[in-house]
Amino acid sequence: MKRLLTYCFLLTTIFFGCSDDPIQTEEKNPAPLHLSLPANFPEPVYDLTVNPLTEEGVALGKMLFYDPILSRNNTISCGFCHQQQTAFTHHGHDVSHGIDDKLGRRNSLPIQNLIWYRTFFWDGGVHNLDLVPLNAIANPVEMDEDTQNIITKLQAQQRYKDQFKLAFGTEEINSTKFLQALSQFLATMVSSDSPYDKYIRGEGQELTTDQLEGHVLFKQHCASCHATDLFTDQSYRNNGFSSSTDLIKDPGREEITLNPEDRGKFKVPSLRNVEYTAPYMHNGKLSSLEEVLEFYSSGVHLTLTLDPLLNVDGQLGIHLTADEKKKIIQFLGTLSDAKFLSDKRFSEY
Amino acid sequence: MKFSYLYVILPFLLFLAGCDDDDSLQGEGQLTIEFDNRIGEENLELNTDYTNSSGETFRISKLNYYISNIVLTTNDGREFTVPQESSYFLIMENEEESQEIVIDHIPAGNYNKITFVIGVDSIRSTMDISQRQGVLDPAQGHDGMYWTWNSGYIFFKMEGSSPAAPADQDNKFYYHIGGYGGYDTKSLNNIRVRTIDMGASLAQVRTDKKPQVHLHVDVLELFKNPTPFTIAEHSLVMFSDFSKTVSGNYVNMFKFDHVHN
Repeated sequence: MKRLLTYCFLLTTIFFGCSDDPIQTEEKNPAPLHLSLPANFPEPVYDLTVNPLTEEGVALGKMLFYDPILSRNNTISCGFCHQQQTAFTHHGHDVSHGIDDKLGRRNSLPIQNLIWYRTFFWDGGVHNLDLVPLNAIANPVEMDEDTQNIITKLQAQQRYKDQFKLAFGTEEINSTKFLQALSQFLATMVSSDSPYDKYIRGEGQELTTDQLEGHVLFKQHCASCHATDLFTDQSYRNNGFSSSTDLIKDPGREEITLNPEDRGKFKVPSLRNVEYTAPYMHNGKLSSLEEVLEFYSSGVHLTLTLDPLLNVDGQLGIHLTADEKKKIIQFLGTLSDAKFLSDKRFSEY
Repeated sequence: MKFSYLYVILPFLLFLAGCDDDDSLQGEGQLTIEFDNRIGEENLELNTDYTNSSGETFRISKLNYYISNIVLTTNDGREFTVPQESSYFLIMENEEESQEIVIDHIPAGNYNKITFVIGVDSIRSTMDISQRQGVLDPAQGHDGMYWTWNSGYIFFKMEGSSPAAPADQDNKFYYHIGGYGGYDTKSLNNIRVRTIDMGASLAQVRTDKKPQVHLHVDVLELFKNPTPFTIAEHSLVMFSDFSKTVSGNYVNMFKFDHVHN
């Protein structure tokens, strides 16, 4: 009986096969793109089986990433605030300026290793990589555009119809495919070839004595928050940068959870390529790593939600000697991934 | 061949089950639920002046809400859960066709309870975007039912104007209510479940009958039941604790009016 059913099923399949349009079977399928995951990273969060990477999908995502038609007046692309030479941050801007030169409230975060993130943005308000672009698109001071309008604009261009067809097998352009293509490109933006990575993976990289001592100090003083080889534990913490007045201006994570205990908490940022991502902190108020370490030594504000790690036995912050600061900064330099910052696969031109 | 036993017994089981029931309660049918937005006893018209229980004049320019996860119950207690992937509807006052939702493949029966969520459940709210198309597409327009900065659907949106709303807000009021409970941290939860009990009225679903249940959705309840509030004091309610009061009231907007069989 079971065998009979199998035969029936096979016959049906053959019939369906016969009725297929012969043109379709000749078409080239998108070429799967294998993303090699760094051995020293944890398991990724983003489900690549739902949105499998293909050469054509990634290429489409890159076209979209650098296309200003994603903004209301066709002036601001994703790449405008996320520039490669500064690890895809907005170089020289404390807070980003977007459409019509309007200013945002927070410093643009680097785009790197996003498939390892559980939540996105400084306050963690977005919980899936696919939804990340929507935030920048809708924001009235960033791209201020209607995603449905972007779809209409894309549909009017033959080059996009062609590329959507190459990537997804049909000329149909819809918001799901639009977002999936962007995610595919973003997923390929992996930074994992810094001197530190090669050192830690035992690929023959040597670090200097200062860098090694800096690493020890880093593990001692910084790594409880800037944890794992992603250099963030992805938690939200109040690092004491905000004074009580600042907390009113930007309450951070509290806006998402409505929990007063989250006031002034922001996502612990990764420190990969940190040499290149100045200015620092959620509002971009510090312009150098020296200033950052000086802040942790002597500038921490005591507020109700200050992270307990920065208030041990009534001592605020992280006290470091000038020599220790220098060595930590030397170590942070080993997290710079020159290949990532110039990789043509991610470049606009 | 271990299934052969079942093949022998199955027709008898079906036969026995058949004997138990009234013949007309075989097969499947269709049910339509109509959401008729009202102001008390009047039909709601957009951009028309009305008065709320606090004596404030107001007019509505937009009224949208999600209805999802529908469960129908017969008068003898049998439940039919509408398959989840086809159980999401966006009711919009300015789009008449959105106000009638049609449910197919309902087992024949006499239904007198309808349960639904006003909003979108947390599981669907956090699903991959490929599972969220049509009315659930998060990539909506500016005017849409999704918060992009705080990933989640706006379950209920009512906008309009009132002299009671602040002048520096152009006398406009905005009720954008959502919050599915938070992704990785507990947060605002405005998922509200409403059960409409039709009492002795029955929606008689049959293979050859397509009953229509007519619900009244009375906006006046929003301002008073059970917690009265004024537009003057709460003209802008979005992602905040007070939104729980608003959702606690709007759940009571939905009432049974009548059924056509």
